[in-house]
Amino acid sequence: MSAPPRELLARTLRRPGARAGLAALALLALAAAVLPPFLPDPVHQYDILEARLLPPGAEFPVGERHPLGTDHLSRDVLARLVAAAGVSLRIAALSVALSVTLGALVGLLAGQLGGWVDAVLMRLVDGALAIPRLFILLLLLLVWERIPLGALILVLGTTGWFATSRLVRGEVLRLRQEAYIQAAAALGAGHRRIIFRHLLPNVAGPLLVAATLGVGDVILLEAGLSFLGLGVPLPTPSWGGMILDSKAYILTAPWTSVAPGLAVAGTVLSVNLVGEALREALDPEPA
Amino acid sequence: MIRWLAARLAQAAATLAVVAVILFFVVRLAPGDPISHLVGERAVSAEELAQLCRRHGCDRPLPEQFAAFVGGLARGDLGVSFSHHRPVGAVMLERLPKTLLLGATVLLLNFTVGLALGVLQAVHRGGAIDQVLTGASLVAYATPSFWLGIVLVWLFSLRWHLLPAGGFADPLLDHADLATRLADVGRHLVLPALTLSAVTIAATMRYQRGAMLEVLRRDFIRTARAKGLPERRITWRHAWRAALFPVLTLFGLWLPLLATGSVFVESVFAWPGLGLLAYDAIGSRDYPLVMGTSLLVSALVIAGGVLTDLAYFALDPRLRHEALGPDR
Repeated sequence: MSAPPRELLARTLRRPGARAGLAALALLALAAAVLPPFLPDPVHQYDILEARLLPPGAEFPVGERHPLGTDHLSRDVLARLVAAAGVSLRIAALSVALSVTLGALVGLLAGQLGGWVDAVLMRLVDGALAIPRLFILLLLLLVWERIPLGALILVLGTTGWFATSRLVRGEVLRLRQEAYIQAAAALGAGHRRIIFRHLLPNVAGPLLVAATLGVGDVILLEAGLSFLGLGVPLPTPSWGGMILDSKAYILTAPWTSVAPGLAVAGTVLSVNLVGEALREALDPEPA
Repeated sequence: MIRWLAARLAQAAATLAVVAVILFFVVRLAPGDPISHLVGERAVSAEELAQLCRRHGCDRPLPEQFAAFVGGLARGDLGVSFSHHRPVGAVMLERLPKTLLLGATVLLLNFTVGLALGVLQAVHRGGAIDQVLTGASLVAYATPSFWLGIVLVWLFSLRWHLLPAGGFADPLLDHADLATRLADVGRHLVLPALTLSAVTIAATMRYQRGAMLEVLRRDFIRTARAKGLPERRITWRHAWRAALFPVLTLFGLWLPLLATGSVFVESVFAWPGLGLLAYDAIGSRDYPLVMGTSLLVSALVIAGGVLTDLAYFALDPRLRHEALGPDR
């Protein structure tokens, strides 16, 4: 890494946007972890006739407040919002961890081994990059009536590494021109040693940026898939699913749609603010 | 030039071939089989199932299926849609113009509004205008297009009754004169185009701002300033032209964004293009149709890449020199 982790963090946090984004994400994760026991059951239907589409702040039954109102099936919107945050963050974190690992491995191998390995891998990546990710996902997800969350994470993780492998390979090709890598090779270091001791630490920075921005992409993508009915399976709450549910009630009960939409936008914005600040901290724009 | 173009086209064809292979195996690797979805909830005999299987070729070994798939592609045969009961190619061709109309409008907005805003940001770098616009583009980039579309319909159609909520044209105006009908389509186009533009313009602004900043640091700009040229002339005559160049690469980025966005936006606004076709195909689990749209979209992305390179070639004499050698 071009700067030690501590200094990188300090430089990243110098940007007010990054501080705000990180604080918002921490708050969201904390809420998703701590709040659910204090909130109603996100799938509980209070009273499908009497308590549906209650406005924010309404009381039902007497003594129980719904700060963000209820949805078309009389479920508490705030409880669903918080539960969906947990689901969304988990999916994003795990699938990005998987895709960044795959991307790093492929990029390191292609860049270090070169030759036909590189040629074959990069032709495959070229092809994969030409297919917009949503369409690969559509084909993979179409077969499931209700996809298990684990499978959804696996599918998102295995379709998100193409650009990362490109990026890592480029870095490796650049690094291999450096004297210390050539010295290591001249001293008889094997591929494994060069990859893990010398190359990997040096691509960690760009990988971190790619991972952060990747989290934002996956949150948007998961919301989109859930909106199409192919993502998070019902009745598990998801922001995209909530937007889909509320589409028909936008005129009579706008809060059911506004809340999850703002949640997605706010979360993705926070992640991207942190990612941009990281990128700039690693590679400062010349004045 | 010819040789360069031939090499570039061969590369594009190779990429498209890889795409076809990937898509074929993605479908075969996914658990479950499409035929069971074709049947759906209906009770069918094993015999009927086997017959369906034979008709769609799934009883043959994988290599043979692959050969049939590739052979079909070579003849432009993408199979028969499960839900439309017509060839996939014909169904898509019918919808293509409407998606192109939407996409062209969005690209036009990008090339005018998006580029101008990016230049404005770079010129006022660090100032209030730059900060507000940077913030706005970050927000736009983070907003899900389908949600933005729903909110716009809520405000502009349902509450204020200013614009139609969806569709391509008002069926009541079928027999009106051409001008009225065109204006009607235009009114239907406003909201979907705005929605789809939001996310792409955000990306355009970012790139244009970066490219412009890079150009403004170069020597020829300093020379222009030293000559005492007015700032406005430097911006629009000198810097902008040079900055337009790197922005061309954006074309490659826009197409996947547009393709993905159009699935969501067309479904929200019931705009009868390829995106809505893909959306409906998802609902009816119409495998050949989803496969066909994916292939078509990927082919468009690859073609976009070739066009971008061609534009580079036409605009930058240095590149031409490098690719063709000094004496041609």
